[in-house]
Amino acid sequence: MANKNHAAPAPVGGNLVNVVTLTCGVLIALMLAILVVRFLFGLGAVTGINDGYPWGIWVVVDVVIGSAFACGGFSVAMLVYIFNKGEYHPLVRPALLASLFGYTLAAAGVIFDLGRWWNVWNMFWPGSINPNSVMFEVAVCITLYVIVMWIEFSPAFLEQLGKNDARRKLGRVMFFVIALGTVLPMMHQSSLGTLLVVMGVQIHPLWQTPLLPLLYLLTAITMGYAVVLFESCLTSSAYRRRLETHMLTPLAKIMLGFLVVFLVVRLGDLVVRGTLPKAFVPSVEALMFWLEIASFVAPLILIGAESNRRNPARLFLAGILLMLGGALLRLNGFLIGYETNVDGAGGFTYFPTLAEVLVTAGMFAVEVLGYIIITRRFPVLPREDVQAAH
Amino acid sequence: MGTRRDFLKGVLVSGAAASAGVVATSTLARETRPRPPEALGLLYDATLCVGCKACVAACKESNSNPPEFSTVDHLWDTPLDTSGYTFNIIKMYRNGTMEAKDQEVNGFAFMKTSCMHCGDPSCVSACPVSAMTKDPETGVVGYNPDKCIGCRYCVAACPFGIPKYQYDSPTGRIGKCELCRHRHKDGRYSACAEVCPTGATLFGRTEDLLAEAKRRLAHKPGQPMKIPRGRLRHGQEKLLAGKDDGKGAKMRHGWRDEPDQTYEAPAGKYLQHVYGEKEYGGTQVLKLSGVNFQKVGMPDLPPDAAAAMSETIQHTLYGNLVMPFAVLGAMTYVAKRNVKPDDDSSDKGGN
Repeated sequence: MANKNHAAPAPVGGNLVNVVTLTCGVLIALMLAILVVRFLFGLGAVTGINDGYPWGIWVVVDVVIGSAFACGGFSVAMLVYIFNKGEYHPLVRPALLASLFGYTLAAAGVIFDLGRWWNVWNMFWPGSINPNSVMFEVAVCITLYVIVMWIEFSPAFLEQLGKNDARRKLGRVMFFVIALGTVLPMMHQSSLGTLLVVMGVQIHPLWQTPLLPLLYLLTAITMGYAVVLFESCLTSSAYRRRLETHMLTPLAKIMLGFLVVFLVVRLGDLVVRGTLPKAFVPSVEALMFWLEIASFVAPLILIGAESNRRNPARLFLAGILLMLGGALLRLNGFLIGYETNVDGAGGFTYFPTLAEVLVTAGMFAVEVLGYIIITRRFPVLPREDVQAAH
Repeated sequence: MGTRRDFLKGVLVSGAAASAGVVATSTLARETRPRPPEALGLLYDATLCVGCKACVAACKESNSNPPEFSTVDHLWDTPLDTSGYTFNIIKMYRNGTMEAKDQEVNGFAFMKTSCMHCGDPSCVSACPVSAMTKDPETGVVGYNPDKCIGCRYCVAACPFGIPKYQYDSPTGRIGKCELCRHRHKDGRYSACAEVCPTGATLFGRTEDLLAEAKRRLAHKPGQPMKIPRGRLRHGQEKLLAGKDDGKGAKMRHGWRDEPDQTYEAPAGKYLQHVYGEKEYGGTQVLKLSGVNFQKVGMPDLPPDAAAAMSETIQHTLYGNLVMPFAVLGAMTYVAKRNVKPDDDSSDKGGN
């Protein structure tokens, strides 16, 4: 195995109380306070959602975009274990950890948004389930994937707790857990796109196509690699560790490969369906469409050349742009390009309330705080010769 | 180190598995479903509607819904749109001087907004927990709050903007017209049709209602025309193929007897279009209008239901879990070769 060449993961160590963790703490406290109001007085008491826009940022940002941001674990694990690119092995654990948090929180966050959350068990009850429902598929797959990821990540805990026997036993079936961990995200990340199909004419033609599952899957993969670039650069700078450019440069090339495939499918679909002229009609939709396309095309210019891919600043920026592009594809489909009963009187508008934004911020704060605590206390990041604890 | 050959092998195996899955399941394309033969519904004839809103009040009462106020004095129930507490509303179209009814320019018109009871409803396809269901016999799209998780996918999915959620309640439900199915067991049909003074809203089997709509469209404007009220009755409907009543006759739907209230009036100036006959494969509520349907708030829908496309994609990818298992098999095979159990504690890989 290639990982013999790499330093084993080790806790970063250091103090858990600092400006970042305290800020996270405050954001989490605010989120909890808002959630108390939400559960006592209903969704209308804190959110801006309405019957014209029944899904706000708690669905679109926290779940649809949030779970795609959490595809780093899946994208990297696929690369290492399925395509046998062992040289990226040290990226697996940190990516998996970020995914673990992203998904666990997306799944938990759904509960805040469910108007009748106490009935949620029906989602898994054979007498209630509806296999025709795209959301049923998404919900079951995400739940399974969260469980699979905890198992996939558990060696880091078992190792630290000294349970080497359990870790060895788990190691023998790990290949199957890893296989599950690649198939499940492919299923629900594509289905998150399919969610829009049943909304029919209510979705602007720029974002309504039978190819939605493929578009969402391809961008989930590129976003996964983009998040790894982003997170690796950020971790290196925050913990003052060596930049992992030797892995990030070739990784970025693979990411660009997926990106090119995506752009061909995305633009080809628009041309074949004859929808492209809609992108030249002056409208908010067209503007957002071009912002989205620009975010996908810019990384090709930014790090298209091999020499540019060795520049960490460019890698970081390209990562952010691709995360933005994928986020915009989802935001545009679910909110900007959505209109209830296109010909009806309607008159609905939606803009997230401060309370809604604070809950979303609180969710991301839980992720960041969790990532910091676990990387400092458990073996996730590769051991450095000189421990930069602080 | 992973070799290029292994990489390519991984690509090939997973690609082959994926395409095998597609081939095996591509026969699962689902056509748009028609209405059930005994489907029940309403016929709303905008040219007969006088905008009295008796149907709005009757709907509130029969569904035990609270009033909603939009005026400062809070004297009357004045909802501006359907909501989690208002399942039926009459909206008004106005243009210019409003001098003539059912006229697009310088005219006015009414339009009923309530559930269309689609033959192939998006809300039913969307609902993950079968809280939204379509009765296989009557085709009524019903809602079960005891299963509903409040995800509001039905609200987002409906092209008519019909299922609505109660955002002001910590236990908010979805509210929508269920064709007064709770009254059917007492032999009573939809309250809106029962109280309609002009027969603008008529209850019956959709098939009969469609024939009735076409009968009306065949009249020249102003020509005398018989107009039934309440429920489309024996004389005007075909015999229902219902259950045997034990006395050698077929049961109708068991509706209470009431006097025939048919009257005669001059025919309106109709557009030659029965809205709901073909839209989304056909709805059980049908509409006639003198003004362009899009102008009075009815969406221009294709003949194929979005639910059919959504379920075709869903079942092509996941039908009988063929493709997921094929891909999982391939992934397991490749992962088994590439993942080494980490017996050596110095090697912390293979997580």
